[in-house]
This record gives sequence, structure tokens and C-alpha cells, in this order.
Amino acid sequence: MYDFDLVIPTSVDEASTAMKADGAQALGGGQTLLPTMKQRLAAPETLVKLSGLSELVGVNAASGTLSIGGATTHGQVADEASAYPALAALAGNIGDPAVRNRGTIGGSIANNDPAACYPAGVLGSGATVVTNTREISADDYFVDLFETALEEGEIVTGVNFPIPDAANYQKFDQPASRFALVGVFVAKFGDTVRVAVTGASNGGVFRWSEAEAALNANFSADALEGLAVDAGDLISDLHGSAEYRAHLVGVLTRRAVQACS
Amino acid sequence: MPDGGIGAPTKRREDTRFLTGRGKYTDDFTPQNTSYCAFARSQVANGKINSVDMSAAAEMPGVLATFTGEDFVEVGGNPAGWAIVSRDGEPMKEPKRPVLAHGKVRHVGDAYAAVVAETLEQALDAVEAIEADIEELDAVIDMASAVAGSGSLVHDEIETNTCFDWGWIEDNRAATDEAIKAAPHVTTLELVNNRLVPNALEPRASIGEYDPGTGDYKLTTTSQNPHLSRLLIAAFVLGIPENKLTVLAPDVGGGFGSKIYHYSEEALVLAAAKKLGRPVKWTATRTESFLADAHGRDHVTKIELATEKDGTFIAFRTETMANVGAYLSNFATVTPTFLHGTLMAGNYTVPNVYVNVKAVFTNTAPVDAYRGAGRPEATYSLERVIDKCARELGMDPVEIRRKNFIKKDQYPYASAAGLEYDSGDYDALMDGLEKTADLAGFEARRAESAKNGKLRGLGINAYIEACGIAPSNLVGILGARVGLYDAATVRVNPTGNISVMVGAHSHGQGHETAFPQIVADMLGVDALSVDIVHGDTSKIPFGMGTYGSRSLAVCGSAVFRATEKIIVKATAIAAHMLEDKPENIEFNDGVFSIKGTNKNVGFGDVALKAYIPHDYPIEELEPGLEETAFYDPANFTYPSGAYASEVEVDPETGKVTICSMVALDDFGVVVNPMIVTGQVQGGLAQGIGQALLENSVYDKNGQLLSGSLMDYAMPRADDLPNLVVDHSHATRCTHNPIGSKGCGEAGAIGSPPTIVNAVVDALVRGGHDVDHIDMPVSPSRVWAAMNK
Ligand SMILES: Cc1cc2nc3c(=O)[nH]c(=O)nc-3n(C[C@H](O)[C@H](O)[C@H](O)COP(=O)(O)OP(=O)(O)OC[C@H]3O[C@@H](n4cnc5c(N)ncnc54)[C@H](O)[C@@H]3O)c2cc1C
Repeated sequence: MYDFDLVIPTSVDEASTAMKADGAQALGGGQTLLPTMKQRLAAPETLVKLSGLSELVGVNAASGTLSIGGATTHGQVADEASAYPALAALAGNIGDPAVRNRGTIGGSIANNDPAACYPAGVLGSGATVVTNTREISADDYFVDLFETALEEGEIVTGVNFPIPDAANYQKFDQPASRFALVGVFVAKFGDTVRVAVTGASNGGVFRWSEAEAALNANFSADALEGLAVDAGDLISDLHGSAEYRAHLVGVLTRRAVQACS
Repeated sequence: MPDGGIGAPTKRREDTRFLTGRGKYTDDFTPQNTSYCAFARSQVANGKINSVDMSAAAEMPGVLATFTGEDFVEVGGNPAGWAIVSRDGEPMKEPKRPVLAHGKVRHVGDAYAAVVAETLEQALDAVEAIEADIEELDAVIDMASAVAGSGSLVHDEIETNTCFDWGWIEDNRAATDEAIKAAPHVTTLELVNNRLVPNALEPRASIGEYDPGTGDYKLTTTSQNPHLSRLLIAAFVLGIPENKLTVLAPDVGGGFGSKIYHYSEEALVLAAAKKLGRPVKWTATRTESFLADAHGRDHVTKIELATEKDGTFIAFRTETMANVGAYLSNFATVTPTFLHGTLMAGNYTVPNVYVNVKAVFTNTAPVDAYRGAGRPEATYSLERVIDKCARELGMDPVEIRRKNFIKKDQYPYASAAGLEYDSGDYDALMDGLEKTADLAGFEARRAESAKNGKLRGLGINAYIEACGIAPSNLVGILGARVGLYDAATVRVNPTGNISVMVGAHSHGQGHETAFPQIVADMLGVDALSVDIVHGDTSKIPFGMGTYGSRSLAVCGSAVFRATEKIIVKATAIAAHMLEDKPENIEFNDGVFSIKGTNKNVGFGDVALKAYIPHDYPIEELEPGLEETAFYDPANFTYPSGAYASEVEVDPETGKVTICSMVALDDFGVVVNPMIVTGQVQGGLAQGIGQALLENSVYDKNGQLLSGSLMDYAMPRADDLPNLVVDHSHATRCTHNPIGSKGCGEAGAIGSPPTIVNAVVDALVRGGHDVDHIDMPVSPSRVWAAMNK
């Protein structure tokens, strides 16, 4: 690890100011960033510590929306997001207890790992990402592998999830990392269904629109009969071929729909 | 027998310090004035070193010394411990393995330079400042093309990538070929024994020290085998006299084979300590462990089994390519040969066995012994091809094995692969397995799984291994460059408590608990009054270390023999104290008495007399009570077992869940059944890891794709079923004084074929035309096999 300065702000304003400095980077739970720094693969000059900043921590449900502070840990979401059980379950199945006790939702979606779980939950729910400067809809937020709509220095201060009528997340573990080899999040809002897929694509999390259309017409596993994602854009690696991932997307989507009903 | 003697399931005394964070591992030692070492490691698999310019690095803050391959051209290389002769009579190829790469780098992670600095961060900064011009060459990765010799060479000077081409037993080759040609049925199976990264919890670490006042060197290191490191450093690498070099292996956090060997980093910290007159410390990162520890397995094999129509075995013929990586690690050549080929008759009365092994250099990390070392490879090939054969012949897998088992009245049994098995009872193990694993109830459980949409399969197999390594005169004939005895000193202190200096090193095996049980049993003293000393070449007579499930059978036997000598001398002292002749004295439960009388003296009084010899027959007896024994075994020991596992396969995803794992082993006499159960459980976890999860994968350029725990899947608690372990079906080892055979590797040897047999069984019962899936049987591979 290279030397760096650590800033511990007491408010989001202070954090925003600190983030303007050259070479400044947000530090959430450090579960991704610190191992990278220890391997000398990242060399931020200044870390701005967001975890523990009370403005950024909390889980609140009101009038059909679940709001989660940007520095809220996965563990806290798992414990407190009972208004949105599918999301609580997703958070409760990230990593291991040590990771869940440190890792944060802001860190997860800022990083936008193609195999991470939260991106599927955020996109699948049609949530709104709130930052220190604006609000970004999930559909505009996830841009590409490890790439988001966040600008330099922008901080995820929270995520607002509309609470669906029914939802389910199916995660198939990559055997080593236990991130999602493929993960599928299905959420049903009245007659509208959203299906978000993580772990599978070279472009990061995506919505499976054919499945959404079929499920809008008929919300049952049978409606997915014959549908398949195109393996052409999917990841092939030592844990599974693109064809295998395409197959898993179908299996997990069916299972998620079944679990919703 | 006193409490805590042989057979007592005593809790492990060492766990008090391990579980309370009081273990002291190499990295926990920081002698005064310690400096820190970091290595520059190759990013390419094969490269020509045009230049390594250390001048900028040397100028970096805190840098004390820099080294390149150039600095070690004059000293020796790290040698191979076993010479193999090829079928054509040629000796194996032995390219030099230098302390730091010189001329060429040969695998990703090959160290070509080192920096020592005041702090670790400074050393790392300086490594980044090294200006190395390394020209990338085509890498040799795939063994078949390496052998074909069309592409690059790993070592230009030997003009081939084949280290040796070995036949066992060469004289049986023709007969085996004939038998297979004439046989009514031949089953052929091609398989891969997947390459594994040992991943001990504690990464390797070494501290070199040099005392300019005395000229003494000290190496504190993560070793399973401190005397071997001392010997190799002294005799081959640096030429430091053994009397000037102490090697310490304090608590070691797992080895599994990877810490048997001497590694270059050990030589480097010693050379640097000498140069600087300061302690020099190096601790591997996990990344360095992945890139530069010796890996395990990596065989590509074709095996044929010829049988009569009724399933009677006629011949096994095996052709294997074994990867040795870029350099020969110390036991890389014996592992795929004598630890593998000699086991290729398994538990069976097969008359013809022939094994051909080609060892292949590739631009990958060195490959060497890893828990089981050759025997898992043998067992996997045999027990997979037998299962396939049974299916082809329409026979039950238990029945075909029983039909060919060596029967218990046939011992000693000379196997067709050249070993003499001293004892065993494979039918008894199989009887036990049928009961314990409730094989009869499988159909009902399968039907239950089917209701839940799961395909259930049952896998069974038998195994035999050779442990207690090894009779020196035999291995000498076979090419070993070392003896494989072990040694112990039993020192009875004046107040009657006992220190036992043992050559075996304990790094998870529980020697600190088990070895005292032997002494306590023999002397009739409390086991807690006996302590062992291990891992320090300055205190221990000698030792050949811990591997090959040898510690109890070989070093334990040395402890036994030394304790016998103690009893002889103590009897003579007691006779003097009781004013009678030694032959009239008997020793029971810690008390010496004149036969047929109640005149007696306790062991403690005898010990005191030995050290306070005021009234002592000084012409006949030396004072003191301390004895040393070297024990060289007469034969290998032959643990065996019968294993069963049931699995469920999710037909939609290919995911395998292990429902049950039952391991019945014959370890001979068990000194501490609780420790033995733990050893088997650990072995099973590693076997399950190999079967389902672990795989070390290089791409065609020699980059390690599974180079971190993010991509290399280690088994975790929830990957394991409840493990049923039973070692009650024991037959005594006939040639060592304890009667023990060894248990450290069994679980990792017996379990991989059990699981793959079960997965194939599940798929076949589920209507899929599958006869083999290579390990790890990951979800994607199982799905691909179901959908080919
Ligand atoms: C062993 C292990 C297992 C894991 N398993 C899973 C899994 O199964 N599923 C899964 O989804 N994830 C998994 N993770 C990742 C985990 O969820 C991380 O916590 C997460 O990816 C990063 O969150 P963090 O708070 O630790 O962020 P950090 O590591 O602190 O930061 C990550 C990145 O986000 C930036 N950042 C952090 N917070 C903010 C913010 N509020 N606003 C803007 N930028 C910010 C940082 O600058 C950095 O670039 C695992 C991690 C580990 C170590």
C-alpha cells in the first residue's frame, strides 16, 4: 500500500469539499478499495471516509419507498429492510459477515462490479440513486463494466427504492468468490415487471426486456418458455461459458418468478 | 496403561496456544534491527533477461542492498532429491535451479531480483524502481505440445522439455501389452488430475540472521522439514557448514507438502543477512503463494483396465504426463513416479501392471508433492476406471472390487507394481462401509431426491497408499539422494519429567500431544510430564521432516526405540538401587521391582539417581538418563480404506451437493483417535476441494488465471457434508514397533474418486450418457456434460 491521507468529514458538505481535492477518493467500507490498494493497484492520495457518517447511514420506509443511506452496510440493510424483503435477502447474502459488516451500498453501486448483487437490485427495482448533487434513475446510472454515471468527486448519498408488490433475487454463486456467477432480480409493480441480470454480461448489469414483456403479459414462469438471452454478449471465463450463463439466466429468472407467486 | 497413553483420545495440548492467539509463527519474530526483503518477480512466463538495472533501486530511500541472478552465479542450485532413470537408461534432465533467475525467467512469479530495505514499504518501492529489460518468449504451457517439442524450450541447455520418460516396471511392459491385447474386455479412460495450489493459511516466510562475532547463521522459516533445508543450503546452495547454520521452524500454519522443500527465498535472506550483518525478513503475500509455492498434482493420464468377462482383473496400463513446472522442486521427480506408479495395482490381485510417466517441464510454477503426493493420482485413475469398467460389464461397483480384492489371508502380498503389502483386510472395510453408509438404503433416498427434482448418485471406492516413508536401502536403489529414517532423543530430566527431541515437525498434526502418549504409555508416567521439542536443528539429533504420513510410523518408532533404551538403562540403575541383577527386575506402570517380591523403586527415583550419582556403579554405568534412536523402517506402511459418498445434482444448473461422505480407514494402531479423526476430516475437506472446487489454470501465455482466492475456489464449511469417519477396522502394521500406518493424507486420497463416481452415477441414473467428468466437477462442467 502506498501512503495516503485520510480525511474524516463530519458532514456530507465537508465530504463533498474534501472530494474536490486532486487524487481524492471516497472510502466506503473499504472491502473493494483497500485490497486493491494493498496490492498497489490503486494509489489514491486522499481517502474521504464516508462510512459512519450519520447522515449517510440508515434504512427508512415511508409511503411505498425504501430509502437507504449511501454508507449503510449490507448487514444493516439485511437486518432493517423488512419493508422490502427481497432486497434485505439480497443484502444478507453478499459475501460473509465480515464483508457485510463493512461493505456499503454506496460502495457497491459506485464500484459497479459486473458480478455484484446490488446493481441487480437497484436496476431491477427501478430505484433512484441520490448523490450530493442530483438524482439519477437506475436506468441511466449503470453505464458499463465498473462504469457509472457518477462524475468525478460525486458521492452516492442514498438510494430510494420503490417497494414492489412482489420481488425476488436469485443468485447463483461463482464457486470461488461467491459473487454472482449469474444473479437475476425480478420485481413486479402492478402490471409492470422488471428483470435485471448481473454477473452475466460483458457490459455489466442489464435488463432482460424480452422476459419483462412476456411477464408483463403473463406473470408466470411458463411465460418464459422458449425465451433465452443471447450468449453472444455474455462473459465466458474459467467458471462458466457464455452459453452456460445464458442458460442460468433463464433458470434463475423462472425461479425468481416462481418465488414471487 | 496410564491415562493418556496409546489409544487415548486426549485433547490437543497445542490448541491452547493456537486457539488463544499465542502461536508464534515465523512472521511473529522480528529480531532487533530487522530489515525487509522484497522480490521482483517475472510478469511473463518465458522471457530472456537482457538486463536488470538495479542502480535506481539502490538509490531509493532506505535501501540497504540489492541482488540479481548475477550475484548467485558462483553458488550452487537447489537440487532435486531423487534421480529418475528413463526407460532408455538415460538419467533424468536436471537443469540448474538458481537462487535468482539468471539469463531467463521461466514462469510468472519467477524471482529475478531482490531488494533489502529498512522497511517493507521501502523495499517494495525500490522493487518498482528496478529497470528490467525482459524479452517475452513464447510460453510452454500445454504438456502435450511441450513434449512434442515443436515450440519453445523451458531450458535451452537440455534441448528438450521432457525431464524423463519412466517405465514401471519396464520388464513387465511386454507382458502387460500382451495381456491387454488378448483380454476379452478392455476399459479405457482419459482423465486429468487437476492442478492445485496448496494455499496453507500461513504464507511462506523466512528470516535470515548472521552473527559476525561467531560466524553463525540462523534461518527461521516456514518449513515442514528444517533439517532438509539445512542440508540443502549447506551441501548444495550456499555452502554454509551445517555446524554454522541453525534452521528453526517455529509454529507453521499448514504445509500440505508445499513447505517440505527448500526455496530460494531462504537462501536469499541468509546471503543478505551475511552481507548486511543484520536480520533480513521476507514474508510472502498471498499472491506470491499462488505464483511461487510448489503446486500439486497436474497429471494428464490414459488408463486401461483389461478384465475377464466376469470382471476378474487382468491388467492395468497407465500412461501419464506429469507437469513438473519450470524447475525441479526437491521431490518433484519421485512424486509422479515411485509414489504413484508403485501404487497402480491398488487393492487388487491383478497380475499385470505397467505405468509410463513422462515428466514435463513447462513455464509454470514448480509442481511437487501435495497432500497425498502421487497416491491420490494413482487412486483416482484406478478407482475411476474400475467404476467405468463395472458399468460396461453391468456389474455392481462393490461386487467388482470385492471380486478382485487381495484377501486377508494373502499377506504379505507382493503386488504386481512392486510393493510388498504387509497387512490389510479390504473386505472387512467394505463390509463396514456397506453398513455404515447404508448402501442398501440408497434406492429409497434416490427416490426421495427425485421427488425434489434432484438426481442422486452413489459413489464408492477403495484405496491403498504407501506411507511411513521410507526404507533407506530400498529408496536408495530407486534413486533417492537422502535417507528416509527419522530420529528422536528421549531426555529424562533429574526430576523425572521428560523432553523428547523429535525430527518430525508438527504443523497441524498434533505431535505435541500424540508423541508424549507413546512415551507415557511405555514408561507409565503422566503424558503431561512429557514434552516434545521439534523444529530446531540445534536441539534435535536429526530429522527428515513431516510428509508422506510418516511422522508417527517413522519418527514415532524412533521415539519408541529411544524409550526402550531408556527402560534398559533405568532397569540397570534400578537393579543397583534394589541390589539385584537387571535380569531379575521387571518394569510395570512406572515401577521397577524384583520379580516375585514387593521390593521396588519408582521411575522418578531412578531418574534422580541417574543425575545425583552419589551411590552409583560408575564403572558400569554412565550418569544421566538420555537416549537417542534413529529408526529406519523395514518397509512402507499400507493404510487402506473404503469410502462412500452420495451426491445430488441439480439437473437445471449442474450444481453438485454432497449429501454424505463416509470414510472407513485402516490405519493400524491408533495412538490418539481424536487427532486421527481430525486428520481424516481435514483430508476429506481437501479431497472434496479437489473434486468439486479447486483448479489452478494457466492461460496459453502462462498467466495464472486462478491467481487469487477470487478465482481459485477453496472448500468452505458449507461445501462439506457431515463427515462420517471410522477407523475401527484396523490391521496392525507388522514391521514397526507401534503398529501404526499413517493417517495424514488418507482423506485426500480416498475422497476425490468417491465424489466423481457419485456424480457420474447420478447423471447415468438420470438418463445422461456420461462416462466421465474431469475435476473439479463444477456446475458448468456438469451442465456441459449433461448437454453435450
Ligand atoms: C470476500 C468478499 C466477498 C464479496 N461478495 C460479494 C457478493 O457476493 N456480492 C456483492 O455484490 N459484493 C460482494 N463483495 C463486494 C462488497 O459488497 C463490497 O462491499 C462492495 O463492492 C464495495 O463496497 P465498500 O463499501 O466496501 O466500498 P469501498 O471498497 O470502500 O469502495 C469501492 C469503490 O466505491 C467508491 N465509493 C465508496 N463509497 C462511495 C460513495 N458513497 N459514493 C461514491 N463512491 C463511493 C470508492 O471510492 C471505490 O472506488 C464482496 C467483497 C469481498 C471482500
